[in-house]
Order: sequence, then structure tokens, then C-alpha cells
Amino acid sequence: MATLVFLEHHDDELQKGSLGVLSKAASLGDDVTGVVLGSGVAPLASGAGKFGASRVLVVDDPALEAPLPQPRVDALAQIVRDRGFDTVLFAGSVLAADTAAGLAARLDAGLNWDLTDLAREDGRLVGKRPALEDSVYADVGWRGEPRLALFRSGAFDPSETGGEAEVEEVSVSFEDFSQAAKMLEQAHEERSGPSIEDAEVIVAGGRGLGGPENFKLCEELAEALGGAVAATRAVVDAGWYPYAAQVGQTGRSVSPKLYVACGISGAIQHKVGMQSSNVVVAINKDPNAPIFEFSDLGVVGDLHEIVPKLTELVLARKGS
Amino acid sequence: MKIAVCVKQVPEGAARRLDPATKRLDRSGEGALNPFDAHAVEEALQIRDAAGEGEVVVLSMGPQKALDSLRKALAMGADRAVLVSDDALAGSDLVATSGVLAKALEREQADLVLLGQQGSDSDGAVLGASLADRLRLPMFSQAAELTVEGGSIRGKRQTEFGYDVIEAPLPAIVAVSDAINEPRYPSLKGIMGAKKKPQETLSLADLEVESGAAGEEGSKTEVSTLGDPPPRGDSRKIEDDGSAAQQIVDFLAEKRLL
Repeated sequence: MATLVFLEHHDDELQKGSLGVLSKAASLGDDVTGVVLGSGVAPLASGAGKFGASRVLVVDDPALEAPLPQPRVDALAQIVRDRGFDTVLFAGSVLAADTAAGLAARLDAGLNWDLTDLAREDGRLVGKRPALEDSVYADVGWRGEPRLALFRSGAFDPSETGGEAEVEEVSVSFEDFSQAAKMLEQAHEERSGPSIEDAEVIVAGGRGLGGPENFKLCEELAEALGGAVAATRAVVDAGWYPYAAQVGQTGRSVSPKLYVACGISGAIQHKVGMQSSNVVVAINKDPNAPIFEFSDLGVVGDLHEIVPKLTELVLARKGS
Repeated sequence: MKIAVCVKQVPEGAARRLDPATKRLDRSGEGALNPFDAHAVEEALQIRDAAGEGEVVVLSMGPQKALDSLRKALAMGADRAVLVSDDALAGSDLVATSGVLAKALEREQADLVLLGQQGSDSDGAVLGASLADRLRLPMFSQAAELTVEGGSIRGKRQTEFGYDVIEAPLPAIVAVSDAINEPRYPSLKGIMGAKKKPQETLSLADLEVESGAAGEEGSKTEVSTLGDPPPRGDSRKIEDDGSAAQQIVDFLAEKRLL
């Protein structure tokens, strides 16, 4: 099999999710090629080798400077057709979903999304797809080639099992309609403190905190546990906490060992960003909050009372 | 200005299940307008009303009873509804669905096509980009703010990294985020009036789509088996009686997280 992995980058870094998918593809024993699309991105390419890419294709073109999907569809379609890739894999993100979906239409190819795993069973490629709020696990497949797959954020951790990648520059042409949408202002990450993506413990706050001043409850607990603080879209939109801390579909995807959700209802938009967490503890006063459906320990109660007590107990335990 | 909004009927709450025989979503029970699509309908109505003119057409593909969801959109204030319904459509995946809906959209020649960010049943956030490629139109997704001005549309796109500002010339396709607005509830007058608004049902033949290009036959993905989710371990739920903090500490200690 000839597998192509879309390597997304942002602010001069290959994204962790893409490298995780690359590692997964390499672990299946296939010849895996990575592809980096952008402007001035050639130096990023060689970094993919140690995560399992034997070759990295680079399309360096001003048309690819902004992270917009349609020029990427043009580039990938040409690469897949010219080089006969039978499988194209994407780590889930806003850009990747639109790019994969555009490519599916362009190539009339099957796209399976929200996959949590990929396996070869009896010589066939099988995707693992939890559905309907993860109440059902489906095995999904493809009819014909190429097969396109979009993985759930945080599905795989990158592992450095590879070596050197051969880097090759490729040039492509672009459709007019693909270049019609223009990026007027591009968001750049506001980095403040350690990235929540790398934290082993995350304490996250939502609307149930009641106000921005109560984020200190999360901060104190996070400090006691040696973790980082995250927030839901609702409270980031309300200006209670910075965007860099946002976990969810439009935000970061995290997979810590422990995720403590304080006053978070558990809307699907939030869930997709934290569902790969190992252990989830949720504190919410609404016994019917959806977050309890995917918590290992659900606590129905007032976080304003419980969280400070919890912080004290954790500190006392660590001090003893 | 003519705005087309693609909407979907999704199975409601307890009725959500996959049919073990067909391995498809069981659509025989109660259905509702996909909640994400209500934001797209609302945005279309706001754009139309701000301009003081124009038409909002809601478009869906699904069984005949998906008309109920189209009527909800009409009751909210949309002007006209089109349903593509045909027995041969059952089991359509993204490639098949986008092919059929693109044909229906071609007939409409709208200035702007809006969609919700995803289906609440399939969790796919993919249709807008597929349609854009088929119709060769510019698109962007996750729009948390939109303004139409002088033949183009400008939007704030919410991503993993913050807000981008993107502009595209019309006609264009935009999938809106559920953060963009609060959809209105249909008024009683709206509900009564919806019945009288134009509602059209189209077959695959009407769209000149061959039945082999739709439904299961026209699809490039398949579901092979359905299984139970892996057990989540000993999921516990407690009510705080004053000892919750201690119980959390005990739990974390047991999981070796302290």
C-alpha cells in the first residue's frame, strides 16, 4: 500500500496530531509518505522522518500560504493522481476536515471520518469509528481507491520510531475558484505558559464557574496537581480566559492522564477536544449534564465548595 | 440576494440507533431539524432581513418526512423549501450525498449557500467543502460571524488557534459555527404561515442523477460490523454530601494519579 499523510503545520511547527497519524500509518508496515503544503515550509519536512515517513513531499507555493482548504485540495488531488497513492490520512482539524472533504468530492473517493483507529484485517484496511455519542462502535471500510480517512483529534500519540526522510519538492497548479477565498487576518497562537496539549493533568473550567474571577479555583487546583488550566469555548468567547486554553472542536485537543472538568456541561463541541483523556473527573451541579456520560467519576455538587476543599486535600497529601 | 440553506433531518434523542440489518442510521422514528442547521437558517434570515430583500430557500435530502424539518425552517421565516427524496437515495455517503445536493443547488443558482457546521447524527463537518468542490465555488467553515458587503462575504473563522478573517467573492459556500447566533423559535404565526409556503419535492430523475450515482450504489464507504463500545471501566457518579472532595482524592489515589 502507498499511504500519504497530510502533515498540518502552524507557526512553523508540524502539528502533533498529524505526526501521530504518521506514526500510526508507519506502524501498519506500509510505505508512508508525508506531504507538507505551504509557503516557506521546506525546512519543516525533514522533521517528519523520525515519526515514520520514508519520504516527504513538499509543495512550497505562495498560494498555500494561508491555511485554507481549497488550494490544498488542488495540490493533494494532483499528487494522489500522479503518484498513485491508494490511501490518504488526515488528523482531524478544521483545515483537515475541509481539505479531506473537498478531496473526496474531487476524486470521487470514500471518506470516513471521526476514526479512532486503523487496522489491517484480512488484508483489508478497517477504520474504527465510534458513533452516536460513542454508544456504538462501527468497523468502516472503503469501496475502491483512494481511501480517505480523517481521524479524531488526539487519536494517536507521535512516536519516534523512524529515521531519515527523503525530501522532494513538487510543483502543482491551482484552480481559480480554489484561490478565490482570501485570508485577510490569520490567527496566531497566543502562547501563555506551558501548552495544554503537553500537560499530563488538566483542570478545565466552564460556564458553571459563574464568572472569570472563579478561574482562580481551577488555577489553584491545577497548581496543586501540577497541571495546566483549560477552558470551554463558551467562557473563552465570554472573555473569561485566553483562547490558547480553549479545548474543543475549535480549540485544542488534549489527552492528559487526568482531566478535571469544573462546571462544564459537556457539549459535543467540548467533548471532541478532551475525549481521549485517560481519566475524567467532572464536577457539576446539574445531575443531567452530558459530561457525566463520559466521566469516570462524576460529582454532582457545588464546585465553589468542592474545588477549594479538593485543592487543600491534594496539597495536604503532597505535603505529608 | 438569494440564499440557499442546506438542512438535514436527524433522528431525535432516544430514537437514535443504527439498524443492525442495514447498518445505517434508523430514520424511521421521530426526526428533528439538525440543531446545527438551525444556526444556518437563522443566519440566512438575518442576512436577508438586513438587506431588506431576497429569498431564503431551504434544501434537504432525505425521506418524505424530512419535510417536517423543512417546515420548521419555513416557520422560522425561510421562504421556500425543496426536498430531494427518492428511495434510491438510502445509504448515501458523502460522495453520493454531495453529488445529489450539488445538482439541486445548481438549479437554484443561489448567491450564497449556508450550512450548519456538522450533522448531529453523523458528527461529520464535511458536506460544505465537498459541495464547494463540486460546484467550483469558494468556501470556508466554522464561521462565527458573517457580513455580506458589495458582492462578497467576510467571516470570522474559528480554528484551533484563534480567529481568522476570511473573505470570498459571491457566490460562495459557508458552514457556520453554532457560536454564530441564537436561532429564533418559530412563532405561532410562522408555524401557521409555513403551510402555505412553496414546498417542492424532487426525485433523482428530476435532477437528472442516475440512480447508480446515489444511495449505497453510489457510495464509496461502507460499514462492515457494529459492536458495543469498550467498557468505560467503573464509571461512578456521586452526590456531594460534604465528603465529595475527599472521595475525589481517594479516587485519584486509587488511580495512582496523586
